[in-house]
Amino acid sequence: MVVISKNPVHSVMYLILTFFCIAGHYLLLNAQFLAIVHLIVYAGAIMVLFLFVIMLLNLNQDSVPKGSYLLPFAGALSGGTLLLVLVSALKRSDTLIQQSAADASLGMLKTLGKVLYTDYVLPFEIASVLFLIAMVGSVILSKKDPLKEPETV
Amino acid sequence: MNTIFQQIPIEHYITLSAILFCIGVLGVLTRRNAIVLFMSVELMLNSVNLLLVAFSMFHANPAGQILVFFIMAVAAAEVAIGLAIIVMIYRNLKTIDIAELSKLKH
Repeated sequence: MVVISKNPVHSVMYLILTFFCIAGHYLLLNAQFLAIVHLIVYAGAIMVLFLFVIMLLNLNQDSVPKGSYLLPFAGALSGGTLLLVLVSALKRSDTLIQQSAADASLGMLKTLGKVLYTDYVLPFEIASVLFLIAMVGSVILSKKDPLKEPETV
Repeated sequence: MNTIFQQIPIEHYITLSAILFCIGVLGVLTRRNAIVLFMSVELMLNSVNLLLVAFSMFHANPAGQILVFFIMAVAAAEVAIGLAIIVMIYRNLKTIDIAELSKLKH
């Protein structure tokens, strides 16, 4: 539905539906923290960003013309082949390793926070720097071109 | 301990992730709207996230969930930058058809 609907706004709505389903799966898997973070980040922030850009560019009607009729068939063929390969590889594979002892507190915020701030401090800090770079970069990119219109900030 | 893997085997999660990933690949291959392309990339990232969480719970290892957390952070940054680039492309070319973006070739 995300892929085949003509209107980009409908695509966004179906994508939000998919994200809610994935969050439900996280809850079923007993990963409460990730489910909440997923809802906030994806359904809350990213989808609003998508909708905002679509509205800003006024793309309600799909202005992009359809290409040749060969393109969807080729895409469907290659996507279906990839799916076939993945699933058949799964079927052929041996039985998975025995499941470890389940830990009910694994998806909880306390456990994850302890791991995040002891073993993964450096990636965490790098992620914060990445966010800073992304913020500055998106501001610079979406600014008006300073060469054409100087001093209009 | 009663977990979900006694009712749903992990193979079903792998299959679901494969299906989601292939839908994302299909979207990237067939659509020409740059924003829908980005949404397909998000779909692929999410399928990988789902698989990571399933395996993390299967092996009772929190590293997978930490990795999913970082993937979400990187995806958020990527979407911010990508949408800014799309806005700039639209401002310059008045279109977001990716077939029009082949000017670098000539």
